[in-house]
Amino acid sequence: MNDITNTPRTTPRASATFDEYTLSEIRRAAATGIYDIRGAGAKRKVPHFDDLLFLGASISRYPLEGYREKCSTEVLLGTRFAKKPIALKIPITIAGMSFGSLSANAKEALGRGASAMGTSTTTGDGGMTNEERGHSTQLVYQYLPSRYGMNPDDLKRCDAIEVVVGQGAKPGGGGMLLGQKITERVAKMRTLPVGIDQRSACRHPDWTGPDDLEIKIEELREITDWEKPIYVKVGAARPYYDTALAVKSGADVVVVDGMQGGTAATQEVFIENVGIPTLAAVRQAVKALQDLGMHRKVQLIVSGGIRNGADVAKALALGADAVAIGTAALVALGDNDPHYAAEYEALGTKAGAYDDWHEGRDPAGITTQDPALMARLDPVAAGRRLANYLAVLTLECQTIARACGKSHVHNLEPEDLVALTIEAAAMANVPLAGTDWIPGRGGNF
Amino acid sequence: MNLSLRSSSVLDGTTHVDLATSTVRELNGALHALKPDTNETLWKIANPRGLHAIAAGLDLPVSVEIDGPVGYYCGGMNKQARIIIEGTAGVGVAENMMSGLVHVKGDASQAAGATGNGGLLIIDGNASARCGISMKGIDIVVKGSVGHLSAFMGQAGTLTVLGDAGEALGDSLYEAKLFVRGTVAGLGADCVEKEMRDEHKALLASKLEAAGILGEVDISEFRRYGSSRTLYHFHVDNVSSY
Ligand SMILES: Cc1cc2nc3c(=O)[nH]c(=O)nc-3n(C[C@H](O)[C@H](O)[C@H](O)COP(=O)(O)O)c2cc1C
Repeated sequence: MNDITNTPRTTPRASATFDEYTLSEIRRAAATGIYDIRGAGAKRKVPHFDDLLFLGASISRYPLEGYREKCSTEVLLGTRFAKKPIALKIPITIAGMSFGSLSANAKEALGRGASAMGTSTTTGDGGMTNEERGHSTQLVYQYLPSRYGMNPDDLKRCDAIEVVVGQGAKPGGGGMLLGQKITERVAKMRTLPVGIDQRSACRHPDWTGPDDLEIKIEELREITDWEKPIYVKVGAARPYYDTALAVKSGADVVVVDGMQGGTAATQEVFIENVGIPTLAAVRQAVKALQDLGMHRKVQLIVSGGIRNGADVAKALALGADAVAIGTAALVALGDNDPHYAAEYEALGTKAGAYDDWHEGRDPAGITTQDPALMARLDPVAAGRRLANYLAVLTLECQTIARACGKSHVHNLEPEDLVALTIEAAAMANVPLAGTDWIPGRGGNF
Repeated sequence: MNLSLRSSSVLDGTTHVDLATSTVRELNGALHALKPDTNETLWKIANPRGLHAIAAGLDLPVSVEIDGPVGYYCGGMNKQARIIIEGTAGVGVAENMMSGLVHVKGDASQAAGATGNGGLLIIDGNASARCGISMKGIDIVVKGSVGHLSAFMGQAGTLTVLGDAGEALGDSLYEAKLFVRGTVAGLGADCVEKEMRDEHKALLASKLEAAGILGEVDISEFRRYGSSRTLYHFHVDNVSSY
């Protein structure tokens, strides 16, 4: 008889396919019978700006002095048709995030931080609040499929209009806001019963396709007397064609949001499996603009996973005019801060991983409508943190641009970049580091 | 007379604009520039020829009478104005209206009154698909029939149809109230027929009165449809509807 206790045993081995997360999700699904809903963007690792490097100056290129020589950062958006284009001091904007998904204090803080740095904020799927209008010197008003809170007065008091076709976290999906966050004020702004689980429409109610979109944009211009820039925002799915069609429809600015882009609440399966990475989308969007002779005439804003000045510089080098940030801005305000570690644990998660934003129990007072939690976020101090963070992004981007010898961040170009991986080289259409090989060159993009 | 218009004339207090010689931009620009105390309160528009966004974004109690067919989004986001269309209307007539009146004397295309927050939209003929889609408080009275998916996701307001309704009426309905006199080809998810009590008859009567047809139709011939509110909360038992 074998002595079991003395037989050597192999180390318990978890499956790579059925990993811990997968197993927990199967159990959760089996217990509830309904898909997992959460906030934030794709959490899986995808090719990203980290996979690119700048070459910097050398004998054949000379750099600019870090603290002396000018490296400009201003951006003009909406120069194509709008009588009053938007002038930003930095190439970083705050992406659309709804009042409802965010607290009024968080919206105010976003406005304060962005305004301090001379950039714009954006409303979201829930209408415009007086707080955010009041605290944002430049406010972009989203025109979404749901049209929650849409009205001509706000259309006239905004600085630009963003027609939202899709979002990177969920191209082809509508918004969600669960009952816990549909408070009286949120419900009233959206004309909905208090406390219901709200699902926004995924298609616009009164236009389908690029020919209709062109007429819709014409109507919005007529209502606002052709003053305001009109952006079209798409989730990164077919960025070459979507960008081309947005231009054809008369957009002043195209916003392309990659799959890492955050969301307030969406099905996990949607976030992780639909859409393409930001890195893969930028070059296609730029190519569309170039093929139409519209690069820099119609401006391109890129978003989805922008975290630092290097990401900003890389997006600009690939041809974007500006970037937009969502998640990073929330983190700057205080989202997922270790300060609230114990409370995150009490919610069954941990600081840094908390994404049940739809439940409205955010200890940091940002993704909530609970007055007590919301009161924890001081909009002045949080706005200050956001302004600091935006300043750092800008300085970092300038640092890289100067190292590459550029007197304006828009002078960064694909020739300044190489890729660390074959995937990134193919997606960004830049050579693999140390080679002159661009995989896929000769293809259509 | 407004100088920004190339061809307009004022006769007997009425401003005449001919869209064969003036542009929609000139017309809308002139209408938007009116001051609250204007005495140019009646505008007659000739040759609209299916042009888009005619009289969009108005915000004064003026009357605009359009002699012929209009294209997309006529009277879009209207506030206060009274807009009469002597012809057919393209997609999204009176879309997102806030207040005032838009009256289509002919048929209307898809998404008539879409997302409207207030005011009254009267359509003498038929309305196509998605009439009153995502309506948020507007009152719509259609004297003919409406197409499929009408009042889809309707949040508030009333849709009154003297004729028939197409497939999937009131799909994913919130709190909009629907009254149909004729047949309904099919109800959408979460839309059910509801009892027509006195308060609903009174509500319907007030809408018919606003549309100037109270007494011309028999209120007892209408049926009321509304939300069963079962999809208001995500629930495992509703999975087939998601
Ligand atoms: C809390 C939250 C709410 C959002 N709400 C909206 C919205 O209402 N409309 C919209 O177009 N995008 C919305 N987004 C997406 C952002 O506009 C943006 O595309 C995205 O956050 C960019 O990616 P990033 O989060 O990685 O920076 C939301 C994102 C977050 C995190």
